[in-house]
Amino acid sequence: MSLQGLKRRRARSDASSGLMLVSPPAIYAVILLAAPLVLLLLYSFLTDGYLSIIWEFTLCNYVGECASMQQNADGTLTPTTPYLGAWSDPVVRAVMLRSLGIAVAVTVATVVLAFPVAYFVSFYVKPGRKSMWLFLITIPFWTSYLIRVFLWKVILGYNGVLNSGLLGLGLIEEPLTFILYNANAVVITLAHAYAPFAILPIFVALEKIDRSLLEAGQDLGESRLMTFWRVTLPLAMPGVVAAVLIVFIPVIGDYVTPQQVGGPEGRMVANMIYLQYLRLDNYPAGSAIAVSAMVLVTSVSLLFLFLNRRFLKGSKG
Amino acid sequence: MKAARLFKGYALAYLVFLYAPIILLPLFAFNDGTIIAFPLQGFTTKWFEAMWNNVTLLKAVKNSLIISCSSAVLATCLGIFAARAATRYKFPAKGAIMGLVMLPLVLPEIIVAVSLFGVLLGLGIPLTIWTVILGHVLICTPYTIAILNSSFQSLDQSLEEAAIDLGETQWSTFRLIILPLVAPGIISSLLISFTISLDEFIIAFFLAGTEPTLPVYIFSQFRFPAKVPEIMALGTILVLLSVTLLAIAEYFRRRGIAKSGGKDTGGFL
Repeated sequence: MSLQGLKRRRARSDASSGLMLVSPPAIYAVILLAAPLVLLLLYSFLTDGYLSIIWEFTLCNYVGECASMQQNADGTLTPTTPYLGAWSDPVVRAVMLRSLGIAVAVTVATVVLAFPVAYFVSFYVKPGRKSMWLFLITIPFWTSYLIRVFLWKVILGYNGVLNSGLLGLGLIEEPLTFILYNANAVVITLAHAYAPFAILPIFVALEKIDRSLLEAGQDLGESRLMTFWRVTLPLAMPGVVAAVLIVFIPVIGDYVTPQQVGGPEGRMVANMIYLQYLRLDNYPAGSAIAVSAMVLVTSVSLLFLFLNRRFLKGSKG
Repeated sequence: MKAARLFKGYALAYLVFLYAPIILLPLFAFNDGTIIAFPLQGFTTKWFEAMWNNVTLLKAVKNSLIISCSSAVLATCLGIFAARAATRYKFPAKGAIMGLVMLPLVLPEIIVAVSLFGVLLGLGIPLTIWTVILGHVLICTPYTIAILNSSFQSLDQSLEEAAIDLGETQWSTFRLIILPLVAPGIISSLLISFTISLDEFIIAFFLAGTEPTLPVYIFSQFRFPAKVPEIMALGTILVLLSVTLLAIAEYFRRRGIAKSGGKDTGGFL
């Protein structure tokens, strides 16, 4: 047999072994992820029949006015509660925009605050002690998320730790009220919750930078600041981009934090989906909001990737 | 080294910010008062006793442990398949398949929760702890793959070829050569998915039906101020538990790296 034929046969058996091996997780993901997502999309185009779905195609869960239907004994439908489609309802639109705004604010705050920490661990900590620093940074992240959110309520509240501390020090005369039950509280709490998600990818990118490049920059007469700006930062950008996406995507769908510390003006899109699904039992309307949120997240993420494409060329991180 | 000191100061301040809420936990867990605020009232262990006698809480703990253990084992098994396939073989549509399996990593959890909820409802499957396990395996698998990928990548393929040349079958090679070498990765992947599942709220909230998990129970108790000190006591124990588990995971991860002769490149994720 020719060498070429042998190679081809080997590639073919490689392909079938690979497919065999990957099939359990792949089938699992198709049944429990892909199919449900398709169904979610389908639901959003069907009619709500209070606790059930009526197979009547409609666009009204997105645009225009909709009505939940009641199925009569003879099979005809009577409209009951009217509601507005996700894109037509000013309330849903406002919540959607607010979620986007909060997610952007959280992402910017988290990444900007995290960068110097990642930089410190990568450039100033001795190699042997780096894992200890990373371990210290990741521990708070693995403690109960719900309890952490609740504790922020304790810290930021009217009689909270922060206010009583500042009052005790005489720095303020009255408790601060702008830090709980609004969007600020949501941003602070989420920036805390997602800190390690931002630090780790930036740290990994910084670790990959060839240190001799920085020396070269300085040898060629650049100041430290200019070296950072023109060498370090562009090389760290893949990490920054990853950090931005890893923080932005889950934050926009967060439920607990806005529910606990957000108050009425801090409510986000997940709270809206919950309301439609488990309180109003309107699955098509809830699905339409969920699909819209997913489209929003995806398009913002893709736009962000596109804007940063020059930093990502040639790297897979 | 003025800059170094500046950065170190900042990093330490950042650690204070990261640990601020957690330091409060034991303070209020041992505080003799129902109101979670300063000044502290005095030392007590009654919240731990109350917690120990709380039947609903213990039931939630039991549910959570069943879910986390099952999810960790199932997700790690799926992760072994996927990571082995991804690192060792070339196959058609590899990018698309791996992309789908890793998708939960970049999907807001609420979307996973409602879409699964919709399917189960459509099929008329009742919501129990088993439905929560289905969801948790889905979100844990990408983490296990990320961890196991690096274990499988550092394997020397010639070891495997040598074993086959010496007459071992594919399966016995896997069992005798590969498995022991990736064992540290498997242990840390089990621990990480256990921790993720134990702490996961929104999927459990949607899929648990009438059998609350620990986070779902905790969430429901936040409405009753009198119950909160008990939750603080519980939180203290959970923190100790996860720190211990993480320390073990970190130990095995490092040992794995040392075993395969690699360089330590950092923490989890």
